[in-house]
Amino acid sequence: MNTIGNVTGIIANLVIVETEGTTAQNEICFIKHGDTRLMAEVIKVVGNKSYIQVFESTRGLKVGTEVEFMGHMLEATLGPGILSKNFDGLQNDLHKMEGVFLKRGQYTDPIEIDKKYKYKVLAKQGDKVVAGSWLAEVEENWIPHKIMVPFTFKGEYTVKSIKGDGEYAPKETIAVLTDKDGKEHNVTMVQKWPVKVPIRAYIDKPRPFKILETGIRVMDTLNPIAEGGTGFIPGPFGSGKTVLQHNLSKNAEADLVIIAACGERANEVVEIFTEFPELDDPRSGRKLMERTTIIANTSNMPVAAREASVYTAMTIAEYYRAMGLKVLLLADSTSRWAQALREMSNRMEELPGPDGFPMDLSAIIANFYARAGFVYLPDGESGSITFIGTVSPAGGNLKEPVTESTKKVARCFYALSQDRADSKRYPAIDPIDSYSKYLEYPEIAEYLNKTIDENWTTSVFKAKDILLRGKEAYEQINILGDDGVPLEYHIRYWKSELIDFAILQQDAFDKIDASSSLDRQNFMLQKTLEITDMDFEFDSFEDAGPYFKRLINALKQMNYSVYESDEFKQNKKELENVLNEQKERTSASADEHQKTEEVKA
Amino acid sequence: MEKETKAFQRVYTKLYQLTKATVSLKATGIGNEELAIVDGRLAQVVKIMDDIVTLQIFGGTEGIATNAEVIFAGKAPSLKVGDDLAGRFFNAYGDPMEGGEIMGEEREIGGPSVNPVRRKQPSEFIPTGIAGIDLNNALVTGQKIPFFADPDQPFNQVMAMVALRAKADKIILAGMGLTRDDYLYFKNVFDNAGALDRIVGFINTTEEPPVERLLVPDMALAAAEYFAVEKHEKVLVLLTDMTLYSDALSIVSNRMDQIPSKDSMPGSLYSDLARLYEKAVQFPDGGSITIIAVTTLSGGDITHAVPDNTGYITEGQLFLRKDSDVGKVIVDPFRSLSRLKQLVIGKKTREDHPQVMNAAVRLYADAANAKTKQENGFDLTDYDERSLEFAKEYSRKLLAIDVNIETDEMLETAYDLFATYFKPEEVGLKQQFIEKYWKNKS
Repeated sequence: MNTIGNVTGIIANLVIVETEGTTAQNEICFIKHGDTRLMAEVIKVVGNKSYIQVFESTRGLKVGTEVEFMGHMLEATLGPGILSKNFDGLQNDLHKMEGVFLKRGQYTDPIEIDKKYKYKVLAKQGDKVVAGSWLAEVEENWIPHKIMVPFTFKGEYTVKSIKGDGEYAPKETIAVLTDKDGKEHNVTMVQKWPVKVPIRAYIDKPRPFKILETGIRVMDTLNPIAEGGTGFIPGPFGSGKTVLQHNLSKNAEADLVIIAACGERANEVVEIFTEFPELDDPRSGRKLMERTTIIANTSNMPVAAREASVYTAMTIAEYYRAMGLKVLLLADSTSRWAQALREMSNRMEELPGPDGFPMDLSAIIANFYARAGFVYLPDGESGSITFIGTVSPAGGNLKEPVTESTKKVARCFYALSQDRADSKRYPAIDPIDSYSKYLEYPEIAEYLNKTIDENWTTSVFKAKDILLRGKEAYEQINILGDDGVPLEYHIRYWKSELIDFAILQQDAFDKIDASSSLDRQNFMLQKTLEITDMDFEFDSFEDAGPYFKRLINALKQMNYSVYESDEFKQNKKELENVLNEQKERTSASADEHQKTEEVKA
Repeated sequence: MEKETKAFQRVYTKLYQLTKATVSLKATGIGNEELAIVDGRLAQVVKIMDDIVTLQIFGGTEGIATNAEVIFAGKAPSLKVGDDLAGRFFNAYGDPMEGGEIMGEEREIGGPSVNPVRRKQPSEFIPTGIAGIDLNNALVTGQKIPFFADPDQPFNQVMAMVALRAKADKIILAGMGLTRDDYLYFKNVFDNAGALDRIVGFINTTEEPPVERLLVPDMALAAAEYFAVEKHEKVLVLLTDMTLYSDALSIVSNRMDQIPSKDSMPGSLYSDLARLYEKAVQFPDGGSITIIAVTTLSGGDITHAVPDNTGYITEGQLFLRKDSDVGKVIVDPFRSLSRLKQLVIGKKTREDHPQVMNAAVRLYADAANAKTKQENGFDLTDYDERSLEFAKEYSRKLLAIDVNIETDEMLETAYDLFATYFKPEEVGLKQQFIEKYWKNKS
């Protein structure tokens, strides 16, 4: 029998309910407002009063209205049929909603429990299984979707019976398991899991030891993110966060991409589901939408469901990770989620922390990022969730609480710079401020040097050094004037510009340049460093700029052409021609120098 | 004290608490966000605690006595919508300013949001004739974009001009804290253009209480939704000034004892603004709501909470700037941005549009660098001199807000300027465009 209560207070979407029965923190309840039922979550209990946040508008709600507590937390429904869907923050299938406008109190099934799937059995009678063990698989799009022992099962079970190959619907019982006490449990293809609780159906979670290729040079080459790693992208508005996230979702080498559009523009979600069904996944050749799932709580949708949206997205990611898949989870933007927490904390009249955010903001962010990771599964396979969140710092100031709290936990920091965005140097990731802690992991360094090039990490640090020295030279030139500094400063600056244009900058809207393979990145890095290692001679600083611009142009043309194509080779030849001018000159002057020395001798 | 009047109207006459903006009283059976009339003034339920109901009085509480009559309306704020709205001006409560009644169906304002999967990607170009907008920052139906402007800049004039040229089926003006002079300006401009029958105005002037403003954008957007959803019309909504709207939000939150966040604004500012701006939408059946807003800045500071939150919500922003070299107000090509322009330029406009736009802005940036060099007393090269000359002409003939030409003519003008001051290789256009469009220039 569910606990029943009555509304006694309403402040926006915070509602106070009086009840004599039992209620629990984070328990889900429904307010019976007329013909509709409004979903809400318990966020505080004082005596016989439960404070609930309503996931919908509370307009017209009256004191005395009946509330029914459901005895469970907010749960995600996990089973075949999740892929390629557009859900709201509470996992309602947006396509099943009636009408142009979202009606409150309308909840739709996330998956189709009657749809038949082609099913192949994996376990057999008598097998010993645990939570997360694979029992069978069905075809969901192109993914062999594993039917697993529910994550709620504790300890070891024995398969008593299991259905053979065939076609079944998610609601059908496919296996019967017996626990150690001999009690029987029916298993269907669908299970539920509370979104705020991490799914721990794995054997081990090691430190990440390989990288996730994103195709974005400034990330992969300079600050790689590990498979199963975490990163975040803070940036003021207009610095290209959205384009970068979309580019990641298009080109990253992941099996699945889950996008939590949390409190952002609706038209950005529209862009994804308009364009992704048309775009090809460069790796699988299928349509991008087939590997993409969207959890949309756009900025005009109920604020309380924003928090739910990121947890729902993470839970779905964990579910697919348990199938041995490589999942990329993107959340845009975690600041909106933090703001939702702040609004509620304010309404509950809690003492505020910095900038009015709740005191436990840091802990909430840390716990969330900790759910990502690379794991070994019960069946010996591995899976991963790589998580990248964006942060929208107020006023572009990186010293605000959400950025600072995230910086403590995320291992990669991709700082978007307003200056770079203003000068159209995209992606506007600042090469000096940004970092990847993974480059310092010995296991990652070993992996990189083994898979890309034996001197890879050395080269990367060298490139970073050139960028830093170039920046210093540039500052000197700005202070002292073009002719107030030695020519060497100009050359140093232009060498860093070379890396900036050839490696850092990448055209997200160009078919070829949008994504760059590791092979290609290796080639470009080596080529660029080869140039920066050279000595250059100019009559005056005025000649250095135009010369380096020619080199940059040749390198850019290479980036715009298909790797190792004739066009690419032609552009490379062009580059060599330009380089030869200098090589001849420096060797001529070296000869000259030698001759002078000989004469002297 | 409670007495029954009409079927769902209950009248109370004992106030329990009075503050500058709110009154509280004992009442039962009251719905959240329900409207009431307190001593003849419109009020709305903002909080209910047991049998104590707190009402926000839009016109302020000055002179309200503890025995004031409170009548609950049993409904949320609403607007009567119908074709009758066209050509008329209303106050913040949706009552016609010149009096009279509106025939139409009553709709609650601040209604639900559009299901994102029922939206269509915006794709229709809105020409305005202003090259600083059409050429560099093309607008698209279903877009939301504000002018970020200092109070002394002619943003209302530009907005009126944009509205009249935009070929919208309806123009809905939401004036918040508009001076009476500006209100009359808008009215005159629309009247003189013979466009009054396409206009609907919801106006809160500086003569009226600030909290009333909070109703204005919701009223305007409810009217916009009627025309866009039911009549499949292209609707343009003008919101001016959203900074004054936000000020009203902060007044209310302050009086409700909420903890302020950045710049004394309520912590919910982002959601409050997003709720309005996200009403901009392109529907698959042709109807659309496009929002052009004004956010006034103080001293050009865009890190203030209002422009900052707005920037994260809207699809770009337009900056006006006085160019002292040519003595004209221009649309700043560096700081302005239309995020949706990619959806139309070079697709709905001529193929070379993106390239010409980028090339011109790049050359303008070269001129800005040359200017810095000049100011710092460094020598200028021949190229620097030429780019400075180019910048002046570009400013005068294309960026200035008094320009009114077709998009093709803007592109031709750009080629004229390129050819006058530069060699093709300095401009860096694709060869095919140079051959096609540059060739016939001197």
